[in-house]
Amino acid sequence: MSNIPYIIEERPDTGLNNSKLGVWIFLASEVMLFGGLFSAYVFLRLAAPEGDFDYWGAKLNVPMATFNTMMLITSSVTMVMSWASLKLRQFDKYKIYLGVTILCALGFLVVKYFEYTGKFHHGIYPSSSTFMGIYFTLTGLHVLHIIGGLVVLIYLWTSQADKMWEENPELLANRVEVTGLYWHFVDLVWIFLFPILYLL
Amino acid sequence: MSSDSDHSIEHHIQTYIRVFIALGVLTIITVAVSYLEVSFIEAFFLAITIATIKGSLVLGFFMHLISERAAIIWILIATTVAFIILMFIPLISVTDSTGLY
Repeated sequence: MSNIPYIIEERPDTGLNNSKLGVWIFLASEVMLFGGLFSAYVFLRLAAPEGDFDYWGAKLNVPMATFNTMMLITSSVTMVMSWASLKLRQFDKYKIYLGVTILCALGFLVVKYFEYTGKFHHGIYPSSSTFMGIYFTLTGLHVLHIIGGLVVLIYLWTSQADKMWEENPELLANRVEVTGLYWHFVDLVWIFLFPILYLL
Repeated sequence: MSSDSDHSIEHHIQTYIRVFIALGVLTIITVAVSYLEVSFIEAFFLAITIATIKGSLVLGFFMHLISERAAIIWILIATTVAFIILMFIPLISVTDSTGLY
């Protein structure tokens, strides 16, 4: 890993390390991925019969989604606090903040599990309506992103992080920073998904 | 950010907590305004405006965009332009008269 240039130090031409630049370019592609689906949502809503989206949208659980919004916001602040703790050389605090981030992510998934199974229990599936089709597609893709992020967060919480901290603290801080960028993006997507799917 | 001093990081932490509180309050406002008796267009405008404010706070402070390098800003400007074009594509279906005549 240490043979790859500019993973911590900044490249003179971009003024950035490659890890951060790479994640930002990846996030730009993610904007287009979710943007395509948001665009599909607008297209389907414009074409839907009057009141159809309102009828199916009313079947969603707003309190559960509000709770999940709070979980993701909390996980975002604890994520950035874990990075700040590393910068202050407080490894114990880093572990606590990252641990809370992981718990919030797990909490989000548990609530989402109950939301999904609640729908299935009432005979509501992606095939039930156009709204439910786009709802399960958008939230399902978002859940996959949460699971992907969770795997990396757990890795950064294990003894591998302890080892990295001892050998190269700046490398760990860099890894946590770029993971944080991804995690905040997942939060950002939810900030728009929540009102569009649950409240409109 | 590796050159940030301890004092600077501690200042950042205060900002993170303020942003966290703002995001929580804006979430409650989002839910509250959804109960207002307004037209769909007004509700849509309100919801998207609040979501954009929340998104800007996350981008600006948690993702450090307000102090980020020009290379990233240019990547995001290009992405935003492409995203706006993408969001307007469905409107073609409104103006498209193919098959009607």
